[in-house]
Amino acid sequence: MKKFTKIIALVLCFALIAAFAACAKDGGSETAAPAGDETAAPAGDETAAPAADGEAFKIGLVGPLTGPAAIYGNAAKNGAQIAVDEINAKGGIQFAYQAQDDEHDAEKSVNAYNTLVDWGMQALVGPITTTPAVAVSAEAANDRIFCLTPSASSTDVIDGKDNMFQVCFTDPNQGTASADYIAENLAGKSVAVIYRNDDAYSQGIRDTFVKEAEAKGIDVVYEGTFTDATSTDFSVQLTEAQSKNAEVVFLPIYYTPASVILKQAADMDYAPTFFGVDGMDGILTVEGFDTSLAEGVMLLTPFSADDPNAKDFVDAYQAAYGEVPNQFAADAYDAVYIIYQALQNAGCTPDMAAADICEALVAQMATITVDGLTGQGMTWDESGAVSKAPMAVVIKDGAYVTP
Amino acid sequence: MIVFLSHLINGLSLGSVYAIIALGYTMVYGIAKMLNFAHGDVIMVGGYISYILMFNLGMPWWVALLAAMLVCTLLGVLIEGFAYRPLRAAPSLAVLITAIGVSYLLQNSALLIWKSNPKSYPSIIEGSLMLIKGETASDSLSVTYISLMTVGACVIIMVGLTLFTSNTKMGKAMRACSEDKGAAQLMGINVNKTISVTFAIGSALAAVAGVLMCSSYPTLSPTTGSMPGIKAFTAAVFGGIGSIPGAFLGGLLIGLIESFAKAYVSTQLANTIVFAVLIIVLLIRPAGLLGKYVPEKV
Repeated sequence: MKKFTKIIALVLCFALIAAFAACAKDGGSETAAPAGDETAAPAGDETAAPAADGEAFKIGLVGPLTGPAAIYGNAAKNGAQIAVDEINAKGGIQFAYQAQDDEHDAEKSVNAYNTLVDWGMQALVGPITTTPAVAVSAEAANDRIFCLTPSASSTDVIDGKDNMFQVCFTDPNQGTASADYIAENLAGKSVAVIYRNDDAYSQGIRDTFVKEAEAKGIDVVYEGTFTDATSTDFSVQLTEAQSKNAEVVFLPIYYTPASVILKQAADMDYAPTFFGVDGMDGILTVEGFDTSLAEGVMLLTPFSADDPNAKDFVDAYQAAYGEVPNQFAADAYDAVYIIYQALQNAGCTPDMAAADICEALVAQMATITVDGLTGQGMTWDESGAVSKAPMAVVIKDGAYVTP
Repeated sequence: MIVFLSHLINGLSLGSVYAIIALGYTMVYGIAKMLNFAHGDVIMVGGYISYILMFNLGMPWWVALLAAMLVCTLLGVLIEGFAYRPLRAAPSLAVLITAIGVSYLLQNSALLIWKSNPKSYPSIIEGSLMLIKGETASDSLSVTYISLMTVGACVIIMVGLTLFTSNTKMGKAMRACSEDKGAAQLMGINVNKTISVTFAIGSALAAVAGVLMCSSYPTLSPTTGSMPGIKAFTAAVFGGIGSIPGAFLGGLLIGLIESFAKAYVSTQLANTIVFAVLIIVLLIRPAGLLGKYVPEKV
């Protein structure tokens, strides 16, 4: 019994110490110069701080730098970095920039976002992927921090949040645009859809695609689903699509399961036209993937590295990172320039509070028109969705070309 | 008809992968009487080791397979020695929780070492055998060589394990440990050594399963082993856990049910149907299809 009271006493002591420590931590983050590493700028190698506090706008990026969608996150991080470097070299408005990893996970994304808020972020470029973006946008709407996502394309990301905007087109737009494109350029072909039904992105595009396909008279002969847990075997879905003579297989999914689908279809000698959306971007860079399997795959993308307007950006990107930038890099590059232009128009200064900057930028977004790499004359409506025209490319000899 | 046959082949291919994993589960359960939930993750380690040897170092696949078996065997013995042996006398629940812990340890270590970017695992044997040659691709029926190889490997392993446990001295020691550890020790059997050997064999099988599974379903990431691990565990229970032919039968049946459910019912309900069938089977035959029901003696 004595031993038991001792243990209780010990536990209570620890609880008390922990409580004090927590108090101290809260106090620390409010002071100007915190000592604890809790509030110190994290991940030193990812920061590019040309100026001290109050002289540069703090721009944060949240995206999957590792994990199944890492190709997007890193492309966006690098694309934004190039824009930041260009803007800082111009003089005038200066940016301090930091990227945080979310592994394409909603919970980790909110943590990454909070890390950036602790750092003093004044505007967010991101999150890059849809599911994390839905989670973070809810937080950012409460915190009044301006968000511009390069590539999270679901309407759930912007719905009901006045301070959340998109550079990419929305899922309804992608689904509708894909159906329009197929109706026009692959007319009369029967279509199968394979989508991931536990993912808001995939489900959203599929819904609008099927709706528009019906309106346009496209013959959808088969629909197959999969979930994260069953994303390694598509033999049944492909057999069904093949037996129903689908000539086009629409894949509103990310590139990792798409790489499995291409491999298994090749194994069973099934060669329809695979048609993807922006999630297919990255298929050529999967480690160990035989890129000849992706020959002839079509995908909807707002950006083509062949575009003469993009030449300077593509050259700078290749020089810095040794690869041709994909649309995510271009989206993030545009996002930084959009924020830059809006800040300039609004006359914001880096010493303003994030909430004040947020209100100023939200007001600007309604009137601003930006010519970017991913579209000329981008404008935004009240919901935060962008208006610009999508285009399709086809993969030929391991590169994107306009069909 | 052709479509039905292709689904049958798809199901058997998937089932053979489950079966080969289930053999490892059932082997360890049958002898050590513990559920090694880390089995699926040992498979993942086997996949990575063979991937690195084959595609980063350019070795032939059989060298990579043998090396992966060696590494996994060592890993299995280490896991058993450090995590499970100290708990030999503890309640089985403690061992179960530890096994889940080991599973997470392996997954997160793999995340640290190999990062979470999935790799595309090129098959060790390309191509497929044409069974029925039709005019178009949808009229013909073919089966990939890797599926044939997986089924072949399953049969060889099943027969090998059965012969090993019934005919060799070590096999007899294993069966003795499985019946009664205390009595086996009194008869002069080294229980710790016997269980170590069991884990060594189970883990070597996991490496084989890893190479064959990744060749059939080509994504490799640190969580690759967890879902097939659960399915294979289901297969082992379905066939009667502890029974070696039961694991084989259970694996094939789970694969077939999954494929047919996907094809003829709904791709969304496939997993629901698999587990519903499992529940029904366990209601009718609590010990699984080929399991022996041993009444508790009081």
